[in-house]
Amino acid sequence: MMYEHPEFNYKVVRQFSIMTVVWGIVGMLVGVIIAAQLTWPELNPGLPWFHFGRLRPLHTNAVIFAFGGSALMGTSLYIVQRTCRVRLVSDKLAAFVFWGWQLVIVLAAITLPLGFTSSKEYAELEWPIDILITFVWVAYAIVYFGTIAKRKTRHIYVANWFFAAFIIAVAILHIFNSLAIPVTMTKSYSVYSGAIDAMVQWWYGHNAVGFFLTAGFLGMMYYFVPKQAERPVYSYRLSVVHFWALIAVYVWAGPHHLHYTSLPDWAQSVGMVMSLVLLAPSWGGMINGIMTLSGAWDKLRTDPILKFLVVSLSFYGMSTFEGPMMSIKSVNALSHYTDWTIGHVHSGALGWVAMISIGAMYHLIPIMFGRKQGEMYSERLIDVHFWLSTIGTVLYIASMWVNGLMQGLMWRAVNSDGTLTYSFAESVEASYPGYVVRFIGGSIFFAGMLIMAYNVWKTAQLAPVNDIQLLDAVEAGA
Amino acid sequence: MSTGMSLFVTAGTLLSLLFFFLLLHFNRKVENPGETTGHDYDGIMEYDNPLPSWWYWGFVLTIVFGLGYLAYYPGLGNFEGLGQWSQVSQFEGDRQRAEEKYGPLFSQYRAMTLDELGATPAAVKMGRRLFINNCSVCHGATATGSFGFPNLTDEEWLWGREDEDIVATISAGRTGAMIAWGDILGSEGVVDVADYVQHLAGREVPEASAARGETTFITYCTACHGADGKGQKVFGAPDLTNEIWLYGNSAGRIQHVIRNGRAGQMPAFAGKLGEDKIHILAAYIKHLGSSSLPVP
Repeated sequence: MMYEHPEFNYKVVRQFSIMTVVWGIVGMLVGVIIAAQLTWPELNPGLPWFHFGRLRPLHTNAVIFAFGGSALMGTSLYIVQRTCRVRLVSDKLAAFVFWGWQLVIVLAAITLPLGFTSSKEYAELEWPIDILITFVWVAYAIVYFGTIAKRKTRHIYVANWFFAAFIIAVAILHIFNSLAIPVTMTKSYSVYSGAIDAMVQWWYGHNAVGFFLTAGFLGMMYYFVPKQAERPVYSYRLSVVHFWALIAVYVWAGPHHLHYTSLPDWAQSVGMVMSLVLLAPSWGGMINGIMTLSGAWDKLRTDPILKFLVVSLSFYGMSTFEGPMMSIKSVNALSHYTDWTIGHVHSGALGWVAMISIGAMYHLIPIMFGRKQGEMYSERLIDVHFWLSTIGTVLYIASMWVNGLMQGLMWRAVNSDGTLTYSFAESVEASYPGYVVRFIGGSIFFAGMLIMAYNVWKTAQLAPVNDIQLLDAVEAGA
Repeated sequence: MSTGMSLFVTAGTLLSLLFFFLLLHFNRKVENPGETTGHDYDGIMEYDNPLPSWWYWGFVLTIVFGLGYLAYYPGLGNFEGLGQWSQVSQFEGDRQRAEEKYGPLFSQYRAMTLDELGATPAAVKMGRRLFINNCSVCHGATATGSFGFPNLTDEEWLWGREDEDIVATISAGRTGAMIAWGDILGSEGVVDVADYVQHLAGREVPEASAARGETTFITYCTACHGADGKGQKVFGAPDLTNEIWLYGNSAGRIQHVIRNGRAGQMPAFAGKLGEDKIHILAAYIKHLGSSSLPVP
């Protein structure tokens, strides 16, 4: 017997929450598999659909759009109802968003291993699926903005600004990056060519990071951190300034992915400058999140959910410092094309995106099953999960830093006569220990997700709190 | 880019930076620091605290740095920047400095013959490094080649082993073209010629088909591979009388080559390496097969 809230649509939130855990496990399992394939190439047997080249886009799509997307859609549809004090504008459309998004994910999981790809990074899905994504996304926007439009509060809470920016920007990015001429049902060619295609690709790619993986999750942060810490947000003014600055700067930063290429010099320079300017707006979110805990630091000792949220903000701060540094041309000349980039992405993806989502889910999932916030089956298992996530992330990114710096230095090392000291294959050979450590770190993080699944399963079986009226009062923060 | 586009880029960039500064400037002060704003969203309140000043000034600093960077480096449309920097000029400068620094190391060996260089350990060491950097991708780290890429340590030299032959191969590259004979010879004709070719290499083959193949061989193949099948270096045509097979040694592979032809491609390195380095590299490659040299 599922718990139904008398006022709000919790069904779609619950569905997305469960699928967040499911897709997290699937996406990270594929990640562990491809990490093993890079370490032990024999694990690429003669099966085309099991090859690294096919599974890698499956991994990125599964963790970004299936795991991250489900987390964002679930939490945004929860937060918009709670902070606007109104039910979703349409239950049917919300159900379409859920089932449509799951269909997109299943189609991705089938077509990518079969080798159907547009070859655009993080946008590999072919044109019929792209069109389906567009329909689902528009439905999501209608549900979200429709709910905001009929809100019962006067102002719109900051978390909703970030979700709104995320929904609008991702729609624009998806449509313009995916413009293509279809040839058959399973093959199309981009309408852009050459350096312009590369620039559009990275305008999209970097803003997938900026709006999907940053703005969206900042929206999540702005609700769950103050809610879990039971403290007011540190600074309203800071949230205003860093919101506008963040969304205005991010769209400029894409060219830093194309330093020292055929992209014109001016575009590279502007991309680098804006990437550096991006540091402060990014940190605004971290400051506001962490400072919200002032006066409640003691809770960090006892509340593993808060640990997830705060440590995710620390990783967020670290990777948004690292990013601008890597966008500096002379640093990029060393880091580009090395494993350092992979480490940077995962300090964001594991440390920030995954950990904030996991923390939010531990807060949210008990509510979805008629219990108080954060009241999972086992708090101890949340704590175990927290340590597995943290240790796994640290192992992952540290091994990739070491590998990346080593590769960059080996590739540029020259002998006394100016010839290169190392062949490329020698740098691959030297990377082996780092790949083993990365595999171990990823496996540890993945193990934590299995523990989460068990904890969620057991929580779902617990009896709801009997007194619905009392529960609602608790939820309303009264 | 056009002047209009250039102005658009310049204005867009500078106005954005100005917007960030104004956004900061007009939000510096708050009314009631330490108090909440009075908003309440699902139990969440917000303090009316000001922007942390270290954050404010850090933000301003990045904007100022950005303006300085865009003054010195190209960024504002067609404005080339006060530093006159471009990635092409950086590359050419780096290349020129490397040439000045390392050029003499290579040019000192120009007067020596390849054989003399083969007996000079310092030159051999440089040749080996050049080989690893430039040649090993196709010919392998041990120079023994692979399918479609010649082994450089054996006795067969498709384009000749004279000094000038090796230098020409590296400098200008080579294109080895073998015509597709499938349509002309028919499937049985292909098998016959393949049998004859294997007979030339000393293999046991059916006599009847080899005899038919010999007739065909004389008609079509001798122009390039020579009457005795020992190949001709002007065409890069391989010697067919030994057991060295560039595209596989099975009967099926040999038939496949005759049926479909081949187009082998060795790229030209003159533009990348220059004459001095090619001279040393050629010496190294020439002596790869001799036992006095270490295989890489």
